Amino acid sequence: MSETAVRVEEKLFYNRYLVDAGRAHIKVRPHAAPTAPLLALLKVCPARCYEMNEAGQVEVCVDGCVECGTCRVIAEPSGDIEWSYPRGGYGVLFKFG
Amino acid sequence: MIDERFDAIVVGAGMAGNAAALTLAQRGLKVLQLERGEYSGSKNVQGAILYADMLETLIPDFREDAPLERHLVEQRFWMMDDRSHVGLHYKSDEFNEERANRYTIIRAQFDKWFSSKVREAGAVVLCETTVTELARDAYGKVIGVRTDRRDGEIHADVVVLAEGVNGLLGTRAGLRPPPRPDNVALAVKEMHFLPRETIEARFNLKGDEGTVIEAAGTISRGMTGMGFIYANKECISLGIGCLVADFQATGETPYGLLERFKQHPSVAPLIEGSEVKEYAAHLIPEGGYKAIPQLYGDGWVVVGDAAQLNNAIHREGSNLAMTSGRIAAEAIFQVKSRREPMTAKNLALYKTMLDDSFVIKDLKKYKDMPALMHIQSQNFFLTYPQLVSKAMQNFLRVDGTPKKEKEASTLRSFVAARSWLGLFGDAFRFARAWR
Repeated sequence: MSETAVRVEEKLFYNRYLVDAGRAHIKVRPHAAPTAPLLALLKVCPARCYEMNEAGQVEVCVDGCVECGTCRVIAEPSGDIEWSYPRGGYGVLFKFG
Repeated sequence: MIDERFDAIVVGAGMAGNAAALTLAQRGLKVLQLERGEYSGSKNVQGAILYADMLETLIPDFREDAPLERHLVEQRFWMMDDRSHVGLHYKSDEFNEERANRYTIIRAQFDKWFSSKVREAGAVVLCETTVTELARDAYGKVIGVRTDRRDGEIHADVVVLAEGVNGLLGTRAGLRPPPRPDNVALAVKEMHFLPRETIEARFNLKGDEGTVIEAAGTISRGMTGMGFIYANKECISLGIGCLVADFQATGETPYGLLERFKQHPSVAPLIEGSEVKEYAAHLIPEGGYKAIPQLYGDGWVVVGDAAQLNNAIHREGSNLAMTSGRIAAEAIFQVKSRREPMTAKNLALYKTMLDDSFVIKDLKKYKDMPALMHIQSQNFFLTYPQLVSKAMQNFLRVDGTPKKEKEASTLRSFVAARSWLGLFGDAFRFARAWR
């Protein structure tokens, strides 16, 4: 798994981003134990934005987010995450798309 | 500008939004188009194939200056198992015509050009502006939008929601349901750069000729999904996508699938030595006809991916987007010309016109296909590709076994895997869904 993790970071390194510091466009609802939708995000997010912390909770870091919306489809209906688009001009900036 | 009132506000600058904004502006309407990217195209992701016919309707002389990559002279379909592929290739010199039918394009560059045409036609295009909310009056009629750029509302007679597959505005306002895991696919894609001559040699192409490969089989590990390899001038778009519900159920990772697809012995030589310059991901509407939401209401219409208008069987999306955007704009123009209000009753014209076009007719034809592919994904994406591959190998490998015994063993492998009833059932269900 760690080998895959390195590879995803390398992939994201090709991309251009304008990070909106301090204004994450995705928020995970605070939880003691993660729900099934949150656990699914650890695997399905193509940018590996979701990680499990030492306390066993799922955290999100949106800096590498490619704004596909998959996590919204899976985890917004249950209220596990809040999802908005980044402010205009911020986020991933595709050169090719 | 905020005090100005517009005839129409178009949210989004993808294929649908640009087609709508261009058509509205060409008809003389006062149009504001809002796009959250730094320029039109910077948030847009597609394979990508451009269908000339639909663009020609909008911009007849687009070939003069549009950033096109290669005109397609060939299509390859690959049914893959882990070490083989069975292919169906169609290549024709007849596709080498002055006004070619299909081109590969790079969306960020193409959309930037498309947007320049929208501006030339007279629309106001405002980028780096995320629309946060629809503005509605006391009766619920959509009367404009709120953005993250300015305070207050911007008003218009009608709002065209061209906000893409993951559109937040319409779903938050309850105009349509948000996409479900079983009617959207997640696709990941890389751009592999190679010298032009290398691409032409590896794909057997001359000059600006292009080819695309659509691949299905064990690469999706039993999930409903497809891989694709598109030849551009100096790069190759390579990606794979599967239903979100299947990712969720299997715990497969999208980048894991992509890496395995790239390492497949049929794929690896095509991209060997390439330099990757981008990694993108995007959702694709896969629900088909049955997932199309309400398309219009008081003061609004929805077009393109946001309305799930994608033909998953033929891998056509951008042409449905462009056509729905254009038709919505024409309907709005007709209502406006009659000096009538943009009510749901009047905007129903958009649906009537769309129903009469190839967009809805094609989606209706394949209305049962998404469910069949999803429920039977193990058979169609794992079992059959493996069986067909083994059958081909059995047919070709010369080892002294009499042909009659070889054929009997191939037949036995099919029956053992799916049973007679299963085989006939699958054939019948497939034929019925295709009809």
